[in-house]
Amino acid sequence: MKELALMKGNEAIAEAAIRAGVDGYFGYPITPQSEVMEYLMLQKPEERTGMVVLQAESEVASINMLYGAAGTGKKVMTSSSSPGISLMQEGISYIAGAELPCVIVNVVRGGPGLGTIQPSQADYFQSTKGGGHGDYRLIVLAPASVQEMADFVDLGFELAFKYRNPALILTDGLIGQMMEKVELPPQKERVSEFDQSWVTTGKTKDRERNIITSLNLDPDLQYEHNLKLKAKYDSMEQDVMFEKIQCDDADFILVAYGSSARICQKVVELARSKGKKVGLLRPQTLFPFPGAEITRMARRVKGMMAVELSSGQMVEDVKLAVNGRVPVYHYGMVGGKIHSPDDVIEAVEEKYIGGY
Amino acid sequence: MAKAKGAIVVDVERCKGCQVCMVNCPTDTIGMAAEVNGKGYHYAYMKNPESCTGCTNCAVVCPDGVITVYRVKQN
Amino acid sequence: MEIKEIIRPENLVYKRTPLLTDANLSYCPGCGHGTIHRLIMEVVEEMGIQDDTIGIAPVGCAVLAYDFMDIDCSQAAHGRAPAVATGIKRLWPDKYVFTYQGDGDLAAIGTGETIHACNRGENITIFFVNNGIYGMTGGQMAPTTLEGMKSSTSPYGRNNETMGPPYKITEMIAQLQGTYYVTRQAVHKPGPVRKAKKAIRKALEIQKEKKGLSFIEFVSNCNSGWKMTPNDANMWMEEHMFPFYPMGDIKVDGKLVNG
Repeated sequence: MKELALMKGNEAIAEAAIRAGVDGYFGYPITPQSEVMEYLMLQKPEERTGMVVLQAESEVASINMLYGAAGTGKKVMTSSSSPGISLMQEGISYIAGAELPCVIVNVVRGGPGLGTIQPSQADYFQSTKGGGHGDYRLIVLAPASVQEMADFVDLGFELAFKYRNPALILTDGLIGQMMEKVELPPQKERVSEFDQSWVTTGKTKDRERNIITSLNLDPDLQYEHNLKLKAKYDSMEQDVMFEKIQCDDADFILVAYGSSARICQKVVELARSKGKKVGLLRPQTLFPFPGAEITRMARRVKGMMAVELSSGQMVEDVKLAVNGRVPVYHYGMVGGKIHSPDDVIEAVEEKYIGGY
Repeated sequence: MAKAKGAIVVDVERCKGCQVCMVNCPTDTIGMAAEVNGKGYHYAYMKNPESCTGCTNCAVVCPDGVITVYRVKQN
Repeated sequence: MEIKEIIRPENLVYKRTPLLTDANLSYCPGCGHGTIHRLIMEVVEEMGIQDDTIGIAPVGCAVLAYDFMDIDCSQAAHGRAPAVATGIKRLWPDKYVFTYQGDGDLAAIGTGETIHACNRGENITIFFVNNGIYGMTGGQMAPTTLEGMKSSTSPYGRNNETMGPPYKITEMIAQLQGTYYVTRQAVHKPGPVRKAKKAIRKALEIQKEKKGLSFIEFVSNCNSGWKMTPNDANMWMEEHMFPFYPMGDIKVDGKLVNG
């Protein structure tokens, strides 16, 4: 029996968190994602599943609360928006360095600085190229619907625990605020056993003590650690996810994620109605990036265009994957404004190779 | 000594109809207009102008600084 | 006497200070922010220090304070205003530098910056507007939200046990040597408004004396966040906020008022 609801993206994240058996949420208000914590508080999850929800004094405090709890093997998450995520970068680097699982949600708003409260995709670099200091990567999931907002919470935790790495759900104010029908996942049991090989829940007589740290004063140890991390990130390739819309016979491919992809779906429709063979590749994981798929596509198309709500971030990864084989163009809407399908169609028509 | 005679001028378009001036007026001079301004607020006005003493309480408490106060001392 | 005989330039006793810009205030009707902005600008005008004053705006409802105050302003990241002010005042010791912050800015995320600027005794003034809620982001709980008070993240009322009780940061920083003048004021009635204005004047004058940090907490309303009319909010504030956050001087001339 399907459980359907009409909710906002932000609310779907919160509801999905309770149902995924998340143990704790630590967060701080910031527009446009405060509904996540407000919804959680209203639901009284301590009564539903025993889940802890705490409003911290800041994002810096939140990410460190996450670090502590994640070190005990619990499923914990936070949510914030661009300026708050910037504050969390130190903590995220620590979590990655200590190899802890957790989920962080970034409902991106316009920047840089205090910016605007309108949606943007200008945190792509911050999310996929590090953001914090050091040689690490985050698993990055990019929902494009309220349904994916709900589905990616459990998926995020699955991947986070599989790799013992933080996972970031990179969404934006548009998806966070819009309301759509969503099929809610069933309630999962909260886990009660924790991997004693690394968690700090108390050293029992049958094991050595566990230490959660990212410090390695001995450079040889740090060297080994960095190699291990690199191997881990390379192995994440097996979990790449993407959606292809009308790509099989396309000779021009749009690459877009999140709300930009929703708009590009319409662009594909419009282009096809004018006889242009345009397709859309929608990455659902931004790390691992569907670079291999793009390289494959580059062998049979005439051009690609990255369409994003930024002045040019994901386009660099597209260019790397295309490796000079065909032209890669960029359509970027900035300032928190949203491009319309007509805006994009105009740009495509300018660049489209193949003619009428 | 006789009471001062006062009068207030309200910047009608800036007034947000919060009514804080009205409850702080010691002489019940201020009321809220039945009409609304361009923003839809019922603005403050002197409903009992002869009671105004120009004490400036209303102006001093107004969050938007919309009130200008005049006062003549009478002997 | 005819009204038009009263309304003459020579009879003018009060008008809005020209140091408030022409922009319409973006605050909700009845919000104390407007009154406090006005008082600060009146004092700056009376002291004749417009060209030597720099204000620092917070993140919160007053993020746009710089649109309303006709002085040079800097917009600080959430909670960092005292650090921003320190940077300015240390390099421009003869300027008048003030921060204008809400309860989240000053007592949640900015606690570290607040305590350390106070501890160092920076010769700045901190204006702290405490309305026990996060207005700008939609009415979430603040560190100063009272026990039992409803907000969007304490929808069943603040539970001291699980969320911690509200705390009085003003009394805390008054303990630090670096604070010279610490007081708590209100702006909901004419009497308190006039007292508050005197406190603002005193606080800014202290910057000239270079004796330490001056700190004014304004207990104020948030009728939107509290979901009441402005006048009801002011009454509620008197009844509930004032007993917990009492009015008056806490530290004067570098000495605590209550020993």
